[in-house]
Amino acid sequence: MNKILLIIQREYLSRVKKKSFLLTTFLVPLFFIGMYVGVFFLTKKSFEDSKALIYVVDNTKEVGSQLKNTEKLTFTESTNELNTQIQEIKDLDGNTNILFIPEDFYKTHQIEFLSSGKPNISTKSDVESQLGDILLNYQYKELNIDPSKIKSIDTKVHTAAKEITSTGEAKDSDTRIAMGIAMALSVLIYLSLFLYGAQVMRGIIEEKSNRIIEVIISSVKPFQLMMGKIIGIGLVGITQFLLWIILSFGLIAIASNTLIDKSEFQQEMMKTRPQGMELEGGQSEIQNGSIISEINTAMDAVNIPELLISFFLFFIGGYMLYSALFAAVGSAVDNETEANQFTMPITTPLLLAYILSFGVLINNPHGPIAVWLSFIPLTSPIAMLVRIPFGVPTWQIALSFILLVGGFIFTTWVAARIYRIGILMYGKKASFKELIKWFRYNG
Amino acid sequence: MLEIRNIVKQYAHHKALDDVSIHVPTGKIFGLLGPNGAGKTSLIRIINQITAPDSGEIIFDGQRLNSSHIGKIGYLPEERGLYKKMLIGDQMIYLAQLKGLSKQLAKEKIKFWFEKLKIESWWDKKVEDLSKGMQQKVQFVATVLHEPQLIILDEPFSGFDPVNAQVIQDEILELNKKGATIIYSTHRMESVEALCDNIALLNKSKVILEGSVKEIKNNYRNQTYKIEYHKKPEVDAVFLDSSLYQKLEEHKNGSNSMTIQIPEDKSLNDVLFHLIPQVEIQQIFEIIPSMHDIFIDKVTNNI
Repeated sequence: MNKILLIIQREYLSRVKKKSFLLTTFLVPLFFIGMYVGVFFLTKKSFEDSKALIYVVDNTKEVGSQLKNTEKLTFTESTNELNTQIQEIKDLDGNTNILFIPEDFYKTHQIEFLSSGKPNISTKSDVESQLGDILLNYQYKELNIDPSKIKSIDTKVHTAAKEITSTGEAKDSDTRIAMGIAMALSVLIYLSLFLYGAQVMRGIIEEKSNRIIEVIISSVKPFQLMMGKIIGIGLVGITQFLLWIILSFGLIAIASNTLIDKSEFQQEMMKTRPQGMELEGGQSEIQNGSIISEINTAMDAVNIPELLISFFLFFIGGYMLYSALFAAVGSAVDNETEANQFTMPITTPLLLAYILSFGVLINNPHGPIAVWLSFIPLTSPIAMLVRIPFGVPTWQIALSFILLVGGFIFTTWVAARIYRIGILMYGKKASFKELIKWFRYNG
Repeated sequence: MLEIRNIVKQYAHHKALDDVSIHVPTGKIFGLLGPNGAGKTSLIRIINQITAPDSGEIIFDGQRLNSSHIGKIGYLPEERGLYKKMLIGDQMIYLAQLKGLSKQLAKEKIKFWFEKLKIESWWDKKVEDLSKGMQQKVQFVATVLHEPQLIILDEPFSGFDPVNAQVIQDEILELNKKGATIIYSTHRMESVEALCDNIALLNKSKVILEGSVKEIKNNYRNQTYKIEYHKKPEVDAVFLDSSLYQKLEEHKNGSNSMTIQIPEDKSLNDVLFHLIPQVEIQQIFEIIPSMHDIFIDKVTNNI
C-alpha cells in the first residue's frame, strides 16, 4: 500500500510541478475571464458606436416630426437644404447622418440615408423600423383602420413552463438554462476524460519505451504501478478543476468589483435591445426588464451543489473507467502512433454519448435513450451529467453511479490482466486477438 | 540462497521453462547461461516475481519466495532505462523507496555510492543529459543501493567501455565478498570464467548443464595435451603409435609440437612411455576446454 502511495506521489508531483500544468491552470480561467471582459467591452463599445445624430431633411414636412428620439438615435430637424447640410457634416467624426425624406415618400417609400463615415447598420435599421411604423400608421389611416385597435390585438403566447416536483408543487423551470449547463458539462467531461485518459496512456508508453518498467515492476506489482499512475493523474485532474473553479470565481469576483459595475452592465445589456419593440406594444418592455430575474430564477431551479458533486463523482468514475482502458492500450503498444487503432474503438461510446448529448439527450432528457445511456457505465458520465440539470431523481443518479463504479472495477480488472503482460512485450504488434490471449495468461 | 524447483512456464504455444531446477549457493557468483530465447529472462522474471510460474516453486533463504523478499533482491535488467525527465537524485531516491528504504537512508546510500563511483555531480542532472554509459552506472547504483542479499545482473557489462566495465566488475566482486549472492546472466563466456563459481546452462527451456565451473571443466577434460619436444639425434623419425593417441595438430618449424587426444583406456603416462625413448620432451600442457567451447559444444549438440 505504501508503494502505491509513493507511485501516486511521483505521478502527481511530476505533473503538477511541470510548467505546462501551471500554465494551463492559470491561463484557462484567464482566457474565460478575458472573454467575459472582452464581450462586455465590445458590447459597450458597439452600444456607444450606435449612438447616432441624425439631421432630418424632410420635404414632406410631416414625417420628420413623427420620428422619436431614443437612447441611440437623436433626430434634429434640419433647416438647411440637403446639399448645404451635406457640406456641413462631411468633415464630422462619429456617427453623424442625414436622413433625406423626399416629398413622395408615402408613395415610393424611398429615403436617402447619408453618413459621414460608413453607415452603421443598426442605426440604419432602427431608422427604417421607425419609418416603417410611420408608414404603417399612415396606411391604416388611409384604409380607415384605427391603429389603436390593431395594437390591442395580441397574438403573443406566454408560456409558463413549470415542472412538477415530487412533492406535487409546480416549480418554474427554464429548459434553456438547463440546456446550456448540460451542453457545457458534456463538453467538459468529454474533453477531460480524453485529456487525462490519454495522459495515463502516454505515461505508460513512456515507461515502456524508456525500459524503466522492468526495474519498477521488480519492486512493485504491475497492478500497483497501474493504479498508482491512474490515481496520481486523476488527482492532477481534480486539482486542476478545483483550481479552475477557485480561480474563476476569484477572478470573476475581482473583475466584477473593479472593472465592471454590475448594475451598469445589466442596464446597458437591456438598452441594447432593439427599441422598435416598444411600438409593438407595452408588453415587451416588462419582459425585457424581467429577463435578468428570469435567468436568476432559472439558475435557482438548477441545484448547483448537486450538480457540482455529481460532476466530480461522475468525472472520477468515468475517468477511472476510461483511464483503465487507456492503460491497457498503453501497455500493449510500443509508441503512440500504434495506439491509435485501439483508442478509436474504446472511446467510441464516449464519442457517441457526446454527439447524442447535443441532440437526443438535451431535447428529450427523460426519454428512453437518455435514460438507458445514463445507466450504461461507458456512456453514463456524459449522459447522466447532461440529464442532471433537467432534474433527475436521486435514486437514478445513485444507481447510475453504482453501475459506473461496478464498470470501472470491471475495466480495471480486465486492463490489469492485459497490462501485466503488455508492459513486458516489445516489438510484437498487438492485435485484439493478442490482447485476449494476454488476458487469459496466468500469473 | 535460492532453490529453484521444477519451474514450468508456458506461453500460448511455447514453453519458456520446462521443469527447470537450479540450486544457487549462498555467497557465490552464479552464471546463468544460455543462447537467446533459452528462457533466461523468463526465469529471472519469475525470481523477481514479475511473473509467476505455472508450476514449481522457488525457495529463497529457506522460505517460499514471497513479496517480502522483493527488498532483498536487486535486479538489473538487460533492457534498462530510467525516467528521462526526472533528476537523477530524485529518481534514485524514488527507486530506493520502492525497494522499501526510507527517504533519509536512501539519500545516505546514494551519496555513498555516488562518491565511490565519483559521480556526485550528477545528482541534479537529468537522465537525458547523460551518455549511455553514464546511465548504466547510475542504473547499477540503483540496483545495489538497498544492499540486496541477492543481486541479479542481466548482461551488466553491455554498453560499458573497458575502463568502466572493470570498475563495475570490481564493485560486483566486492559486493560478493561482502556476502551478496550474485546471479550473472550473460553470453560473454570469458567473463564467466573470470567471475563465476557456479553456472547453469539453459537451452530450449531446459537446464542442460549445472555445477561449479571447476567441476564442469574437469568433466570436460578429454585427455587433450599439447606436447613440445626435440627429436633425439639418434632417432631417424619419430614413430607414433596411433592406437595410443590421435594427433590433432602438429608443428615442425624449429621446435616441434603436437596436440594429441588420448583415448579413454589409455593415459598420458602410456604416451610418454612410448615417446620418451624417441624425443626430448620440453613442455606438456593439458588443454582444458574453455567455457566458451563447452557452451558451444553443449548447445549445438543439444537437439
